[in-house]
Amino acid sequence: MTSFHVPRLASFILSPPPELCFDDVTFNHEDKVLLGPCSFTLKGTGPTLVMGPNGAGKSLLLRLSHSLLLPTQGQITWSGELCPRQAMVFQQPVLLRRSAVANLIHALAVNNVPRRKRVKLAHDALERFGLIACCNTPARVLSGGEQQRLALARAWLLLPQILFLDEPTSALDPAAIKAVEAAVREFHQRGTRIVMTTHDLHQAKRLAGDILFLSGGKVREHTPAEVFFDKPVSREAQAFIAGELVE
Amino acid sequence: MENNAFYVALSLLLNLDASLFQIVALSLQVSLLAVLIAALLGFPLGAAVAIWHFPGRGGMIVVLNALMGLPPVVAGLMVYLLLSRAGPLGEWGLLFTPGAMILAQVVLVLPILAALSRQKVEELLGEYREQFVSLGMSSSRMMPTLLWDARFALLTVLLAGFGRASAEVGAVMMVGGNIEGVTRVMTTSIVLETGKGNLPLALGLGIVLLTLVMLINAGAYLVGELIRRRVG
Repeated sequence: MTSFHVPRLASFILSPPPELCFDDVTFNHEDKVLLGPCSFTLKGTGPTLVMGPNGAGKSLLLRLSHSLLLPTQGQITWSGELCPRQAMVFQQPVLLRRSAVANLIHALAVNNVPRRKRVKLAHDALERFGLIACCNTPARVLSGGEQQRLALARAWLLLPQILFLDEPTSALDPAAIKAVEAAVREFHQRGTRIVMTTHDLHQAKRLAGDILFLSGGKVREHTPAEVFFDKPVSREAQAFIAGELVE
Repeated sequence: MENNAFYVALSLLLNLDASLFQIVALSLQVSLLAVLIAALLGFPLGAAVAIWHFPGRGGMIVVLNALMGLPPVVAGLMVYLLLSRAGPLGEWGLLFTPGAMILAQVVLVLPILAALSRQKVEELLGEYREQFVSLGMSSSRMMPTLLWDARFALLTVLLAGFGRASAEVGAVMMVGGNIEGVTRVMTTSIVLETGKGNLPLALGLGIVLLTLVMLINAGAYLVGELIRRRVG
């Protein structure tokens, strides 16, 4: 386990999220097709790593899944009636101009957590993600890795059944990447379904349960990680793994 | 020596002249209250225009921006008509009282606070929007968060509003009437003394006014910097 892991919160497993289903989804911007048409279903426990070159539509796919964007055509549905509890961590963490702990308390307040419970929960989350020393530090002066861990701590408090991460480690150094990956594993262990984009093959090997490979706005391959790295089916994925420059 | 403006200003201050003290107190009271009221109305208004997209929003932004340049005498005239005996609010009997002066300055300052806070909040919202939607925040829940996170920018906006209120003379002159001991403030006294040809006194009053505005701005800057350093 990593150095910052302090098991304090009672461990419990979240109820599994419903399946996410893309049905012939396309997303256009000014008559230009940026994504799709694509159809797939995210089943199982994941973690799902969305891979592909820059501009393949990875971030778009995440934003569509998280309902930050609406598809131009097609439907995105969750099996079962209700949308699951979900959270998203962005490439550049968006933090409020307040202290670290105030950022967490704000997220709890927005989610109608009773006032008397907020401080305790926020401190527990800071401790879990190794940030207790920066409790009262302004969130915006934290280092890149600390900011990303704070964003993860905030997501942690929302008890998401599904967590979307958009290249959370792309701007971080190895130590910070290690900490973020450990945090992602903790989410996974708690039963949160992980959907994460990356273009780092090694990271995908470390984390992935299954791989969704995109290029040119289309889903080229959706296979278990072992299959993807051993015997990729699509020509694009073969080239990507071989280290060629895929567009 | 007695004709030197700095000497007059200094002696006004050192002698703790009672009537000067009263004029200064009333000036501050009117302008600070007007800015406070305008902030309570203008900041939420500016934030609302930044957050919600409603029909006529573009027009509203243009009007707010244009009203930042509202001539004080026009604001004064509007409030005068409103409060005059024959006007809709004539029964209140507010004309030629400090209350009328506060109202006129609110009319002047409100568009400045609303227009500038709209701009600041909109910038911040551009940065925060995805995170807010991700957190499941409603538009009305976004407003307090945005206003609080824009607090340093809004402090500067507040100072701009206070500058406008403390510097103007047209509006308070029209609705206050420059009545000695009742509605005489620094700017109206300066106009009066200049008209009487008492230039050293007018200039002395001007120096006192400038010093006061400077002190308030310096105080606000210091407080802002201290908090900024602590909160980041």
